[in-house]
Amino acid sequence: MNRRQQRITAISLVLLGVACAAGLTLFALRDNVTFFLTPTDLVSASSRPFAGGKTIRLGGLVVYGTVEKNGLLTKFVVTDMNEDVPVEHEGIMPDLFREGQGIVATGTYDPDGVFRASQILAKHDEEYMPPEVAKTLEKYGHPGDAAQKGTP
Amino acid sequence: MFRFANPARFKTLSRWLTPLSFTLAVVLLLPGLYYGLYDSPPDYQQHDSVRIMYVHVPAAWVAMMAYASMGVAAAVHLIWKHLLAGLYIRAVAPVGAIFTAICLVTGSLWGLPTWGTWWVWDARLTSVLVLFFLYIGIILLDRAYDNPDRGMVASSWLAVIGLINLPIIKFSVDWWNTLHQPASLTSFSKLADPSIHPDMLRPLLLMAGAFTALFIGLALTRTNIAIAQRRKMTHERV
Repeated sequence: MNRRQQRITAISLVLLGVACAAGLTLFALRDNVTFFLTPTDLVSASSRPFAGGKTIRLGGLVVYGTVEKNGLLTKFVVTDMNEDVPVEHEGIMPDLFREGQGIVATGTYDPDGVFRASQILAKHDEEYMPPEVAKTLEKYGHPGDAAQKGTP
Repeated sequence: MFRFANPARFKTLSRWLTPLSFTLAVVLLLPGLYYGLYDSPPDYQQHDSVRIMYVHVPAAWVAMMAYASMGVAAAVHLIWKHLLAGLYIRAVAPVGAIFTAICLVTGSLWGLPTWGTWWVWDARLTSVLVLFFLYIGIILLDRAYDNPDRGMVASSWLAVIGLINLPIIKFSVDWWNTLHQPASLTSFSKLADPSIHPDMLRPLLLMAGAFTALFIGLALTRTNIAIAQRRKMTHERV
């Protein structure tokens, strides 16, 4: 092997090593890298210490017809089309909050099965369109309307 | 590829390519700004803050493209010892850092009204912040040695290793749950049926072209400056 081939080998090995290290690290930390849990994660993973005062994030779609507002207190149900979790939040909601919207709630999953949120973030999807187009789409079924099919 | 490793040949190339790139950047930027700020509809959810996308997304694309080109140049510099490739890293790192900063700042400005927060530590935002730190690290390493040519080798190693971060940025929104939305333009075939309305896609693509041309112009200009500075330095030493 001449010097140049040695350097090519060295760079390839270093890249391979770093890629493996990064891959293993991210795999080991996958629960932390994931920004939020789905209602399915929360309800089905009884072995994990999610219930019990630990602050976690819950993400999903707001089910149609479940939003109740009483002063600053807002109650609604979040779904991932598989499991539903009721959420309560006292405070200001983001402008994008509405039925069918994807949201991420930070808070605790309490033993009574209610997720009490201290912060609500609106999740935006990859669809960008003018209001008129959204109105037309709504008539024929917008992707966000899938939340209507959430189990009651 | 190595035809242009010769600085003299590179100069001949950049003599016409640099003004062409800057001209193209202006020619694309003017209609891009016109459509982006004036003649395009507001979004049905984000209203007028969707216009931030026309700066944010092109800046992110160029920041990653600049890093990819730098990573390739770093490997060339380490393997074949081409001086020009090392000077290219020195020239481009600050430009890439600024495009990354533009991406992070505009993303924050968009996040507050849309998500309800300036910043979250989700995989996409964090990996782009890491990209910014990689750029800063490369700039600092390049300057950390008494002999600047040795600094170029050190920064090249960091640039090569940092290449790992590019697929992490790209696929972070697919691999993990993130607050950041997934890509709207996933392939060229998606251009025919995009998740972005055509009236919004037009300014986005114009601005992407303008930013790319601006980057090429800046990269060529700064590489020529780096060549001249090194020539001056070596002459003074002798």
